[in-house]
Amino acid sequence: MIFIEALRSGWQAILANRLRSILTTLGIMIGVAAVIILVAFGQGASNSVTSSIQSLGSNLLYVTPENPNRDGEIVNPSVQELTVDDAIALNDPVRAPDIAGAAPERRTAVTCTSEDRSHSTQIVGTWPSFFSINNSPVSAGAYFSNADELSARRITVIGSTVAESLFPESDPLGRQIACNGVPFTVVGVQAEKGGAFANPDDVVIAPLSAVENSITGYGEVSAISVQASSSETTDEAEEQAIAILDERHGTTEGTRDFEVFNQASLLDTANTALGIFTALLGAVGAISLLVGGIGITNIMLVSVTERTREIGIRKAIGASRRFILLQFLLEATVLSLFGATAGLGLALLVAQVEIAGISPSVVPVSVVGAYVISVAIGLFFGSYPAKRAASLRPIEALRHE
Amino acid sequence: MHDITKVYGQGEAEVRAVDGISLTVEPGEYVAIMGASGSGKSTVMNIIGALDVATSGTYKIDGVDIGDLDDDALSLVRNRRIGFIFQAFNLIPRMSAAVNVELPLMYRGVRRSERRRRALDALAKVGLADRSHHQPNELSGGQQQRVAVARALAMEPSLMLADEPTGNLDSRSTADVLDLLDEIHAEGKTIVIITHEDDVAERAGRVVTLRDGKVESDVLAAAR
Ligand SMILES: Nc1ncnc2c1ncn2[C@@H]1O[C@H](COP(=O)(O)OP(=O)(O)OP(=O)(O)O)[C@@H](O)[C@H]1O
Ligand SMILES: [Mg+2]
Repeated sequence: MIFIEALRSGWQAILANRLRSILTTLGIMIGVAAVIILVAFGQGASNSVTSSIQSLGSNLLYVTPENPNRDGEIVNPSVQELTVDDAIALNDPVRAPDIAGAAPERRTAVTCTSEDRSHSTQIVGTWPSFFSINNSPVSAGAYFSNADELSARRITVIGSTVAESLFPESDPLGRQIACNGVPFTVVGVQAEKGGAFANPDDVVIAPLSAVENSITGYGEVSAISVQASSSETTDEAEEQAIAILDERHGTTEGTRDFEVFNQASLLDTANTALGIFTALLGAVGAISLLVGGIGITNIMLVSVTERTREIGIRKAIGASRRFILLQFLLEATVLSLFGATAGLGLALLVAQVEIAGISPSVVPVSVVGAYVISVAIGLFFGSYPAKRAASLRPIEALRHE
Repeated sequence: MHDITKVYGQGEAEVRAVDGISLTVEPGEYVAIMGASGSGKSTVMNIIGALDVATSGTYKIDGVDIGDLDDDALSLVRNRRIGFIFQAFNLIPRMSAAVNVELPLMYRGVRRSERRRRALDALAKVGLADRSHHQPNELSGGQQQRVAVARALAMEPSLMLADEPTGNLDSRSTADVLDLLDEIHAEGKTIVIITHEDDVAERAGRVVTLRDGKVESDVLAAAR
């Protein structure tokens, strides 16, 4: 009852000083909008990194040759490179039960041409299982098959960037391209993967045997991509891969001449880093919210001074301390709630815009949090002026001009 | 009111604004307080109105000792028992006449519809029914003071206090306000009014004259 009346009195005071109310609200609005937008921005960045890592395959391990260095000194000068046999060994279901598949990759830079265009890219010679391991479906055409690999057919699946560059107007399927002068027939176009790092769509994929025959020659491979049986077993798959390769290369922890990248742990690391980034952004927003809160104290103090006489009148006709206190507290809280709502509106509006390639993603917790905090700010920063108002002595307040 | 003293300041700067005044006002009386400027009239009035507490002495309203009440209890006394009319009107700006009149009833916890009704009744009584939506700055001084009277009326106080209510008014408005006070008195209300003007005091049944914080004379009209 007294609550509703105090709220109504506070509301009347807000309306009676519209400009001042709006200015106070503005401070909170900017603070709340800053918190929500900055957190949304951090979240958006995190989403984009996560999805680009996931587009590489969330249960993907990547084995690359590595020259073991100790303080810049080469420990093992006779480094064994990765070979196709290594890839075959990793496909052993008995020794590596958590590895679903492994495909060698031989990468080299090439220049590919269509009839009238030329494009510098990378060719990947690999096995057909590469596509499933790397989570790379084709958007048009087909993959090559094991039979194509066995017969070293010169056919290729091209990345979307290559397709656009060489065949901007026409359908690439069935067309010929020449990479470093070696002709390949396009049988498929890889679905666009996108990503924040190196462009995974700027690639030409062909059977390993064909690439070795005609472009690179035989020998070591550039990498082996390994698929764990599920995203939960990436750590086990990593251990098994290391065990098998250690045995084949005769290496141990310190002398290892290969390295295994684990996408899942990469994702973890990235998420931790981005979490800190988001928290920092949120903290910057929180500071502006704090400044907005101090603005409330400031304006409410001015308001109390300006309305000293009014407060005196109210007390003279029987307003209790409690009522005056409540009225001023509610006034501050209502102002900051309005600010929060306006700030939310502004934030939702700004969140529609893509900034630096990152589309902000509004986090519900930040919305709820910003509301709760702004109510707390209203109560906290409103309480000092409210106490001042409530403890004014009526005759002195009445004498105030 | 017994042996009331009010001291402002300390040491050298000490001012005994009220110096041992004892005064009893019976229910239904109409008392005028007169005296030179600075004689302590307003100070006495503020103590009577529970706006201020005496430095020493005892003061009771309807048998309740005001001396040992805290801030909130004093608010309650003002709200339930006292209607104040000030020289400076003291209406709240930017609030309509009706809302101003309603305000004390709101602090008392009267329902909205009920207090609106009583506010309009009170405004009608002071002849301002058609001005209930006007804000104070849209009203003349006399009208504002009548709104203030309506506010005091709506409270249905046992004691009506007026500190130079006509001090800022022309003779026409003065007559209006004094007529209203006469009416209120005729209904049995107790009124205490401060004034400098003899014709205002003439309407009262009793005139108390102060001098230097002391009662100089206390005369019943019947004796004049
Ligand atoms: N807050 C105060 N602090 C110090 N002295 C005060 C205060 N209020 C009043 N006084 C002093 O107390 C004395 C009585 O003041 P009071 O206001 O009661 O006079 P008054 O009779 O109402 O005068 P007036 O007719 O001019 O209104 C004066 O000497 C005044 O200076
Ligand atoms: Mg005075």
